[in-house]
Parts: sequence; structure tokens; C-alpha cells
Amino acid sequence: MELRLNPLEVKGYYVNLVESISGQNVFDCYHCGKCTAGCPVADSMDIKPQQVLRYLQLGKVERILNANTMWICAACITCTVRCPKGIDIAAIMEALRMIKLRENYDRIHPNRIPQDDLEELPPIALVSAFRKLTP
Amino acid sequence: MRIPYYPGCTLKNTAKNFEVSSIETARVLGVEFEELPRWNCCGSVYGMARDNIMHQVGPVRNLLRVREMGGQEVVTLCSMCYNTLKRANNFVRKNRDKLEVVNAIMYLENTTYDGSIKVLHYLEILRDRIGFDEIEKHVKKPLKGLRVGAYYGCLLVRPLDAALDDPEEPGVMEKLFEVLGAEVVDFPLKTECCGSYQTVSEKDIVTERTRKIIDTAHDVGIDVIALSCPLCHFNLDRRQKNVLEKYIDFKTMPVLYFSQLMALAFDLPLDVNLFEKHYVNPVPVIKARGIIE
Repeated sequence: MELRLNPLEVKGYYVNLVESISGQNVFDCYHCGKCTAGCPVADSMDIKPQQVLRYLQLGKVERILNANTMWICAACITCTVRCPKGIDIAAIMEALRMIKLRENYDRIHPNRIPQDDLEELPPIALVSAFRKLTP
Repeated sequence: MRIPYYPGCTLKNTAKNFEVSSIETARVLGVEFEELPRWNCCGSVYGMARDNIMHQVGPVRNLLRVREMGGQEVVTLCSMCYNTLKRANNFVRKNRDKLEVVNAIMYLENTTYDGSIKVLHYLEILRDRIGFDEIEKHVKKPLKGLRVGAYYGCLLVRPLDAALDDPEEPGVMEKLFEVLGAEVVDFPLKTECCGSYQTVSEKDIVTERTRKIIDTAHDVGIDVIALSCPLCHFNLDRRQKNVLEKYIDFKTMPVLYFSQLMALAFDLPLDVNLFEKHYVNPVPVIKARGIIE
């Protein structure tokens, strides 16, 4: 069986949205795996960064939106500086977060953070976590 | 030399030790930090979504304050503030149409921002304005025998257009610690992420990151880790408590700000370092090396 992929047919609403929010072309990726190899938290991700790019190329965005990948990403930008194709993978992760957050999804809730943690955590941690993980 | 200074939220709070030691060491070198009036939170993380300009208003408003002071540049201490201000500045410099929108949002301000302010980190002031030779002249108590590992984390060196040094092999802190008389140990994980804000919701991941980073530092023979980010400091210092709860054989390690090492080498009063704010007390190892009595 021959399988032909045409970007225009594969690209649905969500892939276009990811590309417009991030400013990246997901078809630039040739799957060397350098992003996953350097990712400090890839071992906790359901779908690894390089696989995210593959799912985007195939138009399977629901699979990614249901995974924990973009919520585990710490926006450390290691993938972006190492990508040989110059793709800003961290911006793609941000775009995926944005899609969920703009549907009013909360990844974290202030009242579910344990009291001891709240007393200890510096402002910088709380501000950045709420910026990245809540609408 | 006087220079406008943007502190950011955490420098007035858990990272007071970073602020006081930086201001005092800069003073020794003839640099006076002038705090911005009415500064606001920079957002602490840069908004990467290209279609949301609201995230750039916070950082840009601070740059407007610098302009109001008549300044040309602004110095930051916190790596995250540095990164956010610098990237927001780069964004509005490259996208003049977006800058107009940001200015329109800030219509109640008396002036508009034009993209002219330069965002600097204290390490850049030390390297490019003062110079390591000059710093060496102020060293009264060389940190002899103290094995220091520099830890840059992410936001001093990534992404490329906001990096103050090479993103994979930075060396500015190593050069600084050399002139302070310390024994610099090359730290292979110096640009590895500590887990950042995931410390709020994914504590276990950050605990594992901390364990890996501190264990590796012990393996290469480091006495203390030195860094520049209050969030890295929280994760690498305070989260050692969580590592200890999980691994009984874990060996702790003191984590300091680079400015605290400068204060020690300049022989400033010990209280500028506010070591009581640290979870792992750095005093025993510094005493053991004979730097303080």
C-alpha cells in the first residue's frame, strides 16, 4: 500500500494554530532527535519532543494535547538552541500550552499547592508557574 | 559609574542575600546601582506566543522607567529578569508595529518607549566595563583552595539572542572565580536546567534534577556551586531537603550566588552575604578552607 502525505490535507485547524502562535514551520523537522536527547525532563514526558513534531506533521494534534509533554516542559530552551534546522521547539511547546490555556484550562490550582510549599516557594517560582500553567 | 538597576520580585524577598552582596561588591568596584522608581514585575518568564502582545507590556514598561530616569541601559541580577527584559526588548526592536501596540496599551504613561535601552546583567558589567584585572586588584582574601563550580542554568545563555556568553561552553563566571583566587572546577552540568518553575507542580521531577546536579558536582570534586538565578538557587539549595527525604545517603552541597563569593574575596563584612537564608550552610566549608575564621 502506498501512503502519500500532503501537508495541505494533513494540516488542520490545530496545526495551523500551532504554526501561527509559534511562528514555526513544523515540516522543517527531519527527526534527528537532538531535542529529545538534550531535554532534561524528557524521561517524564508521555510523548517526547521529537515525537511531538512528528504528530504535528501527521496532523494528530489531539494525541499531543492529551499528553503531559507541554506541561512537563520547563521552557529551558535547550532544544531550540541545539536544533540543526533552527526550529524554536520551545515556542511550539508554548503554542501547545496556549491552545489549552485559551480554552480556559488550568494546569495548576493555587488551592491545591500544599501550605508548606506556599510558605517556602519564592515569588519567582509562583509567578512563572502561574504564567505558564494557567490562562 | 551610576547605572539604573532593576531588582525584580525575588531579590527583595528570598534572594535578599543576592541583592545585598551584589550592591556592596559593585560599590567596591565603583559602580552605584540606582534602583528604578515604580518598577513592576517583568513576568519572570518571556511570553513566546507571537500573537499575544500583553505579555510584553510588563517588561517594556520597566524599560520605559529607565528612559524616564534618563538612563541608556539597565542592569539586572536575576537571570530570569535579565532574560525576560532582554527578549522583550529584542522583540519590540524587531517588530516596530508591535512596539506601537505596546505603547498604545500604556497610553497613560507620560512617555513612549522607543527600543533604545540596553539590558545588561551584572556579570556583563564585571566582564565588559570593569574587567577582570581591575576586579583582581580588589581581592583581599583570595578564595584559596575553595573548589568552585559555576552553574549558569538556562536563561543566562539561552536563547542565542539573549545569551551573555556561549550557550554550550560559557566561561565568564569561571574567569571571575579565577581572579577571586578560587580553584575553578569545570562543571559538566553547568548549562543543564534545574527544572525551573516545575518546582511548584512537579516537585518530584525537580528533586531528581537537584539530586543529579549535586551528585555530579560531588563526583567532579566541587566544594560549592555558584550561580546567578534565585529560582535555580531555590531548586538547588532548598530542594536538597526533599532529596534528603528520599535518599538517606545523599550528600548536601552549599549553593552560593557569584556575588557572595566576590564579597568573601573582597573581605566585606560577613553579614552582607546573609548566609542564614541558605538551607545548606556554606560557612563550614568556607571556614575549613581558611577563608573566614
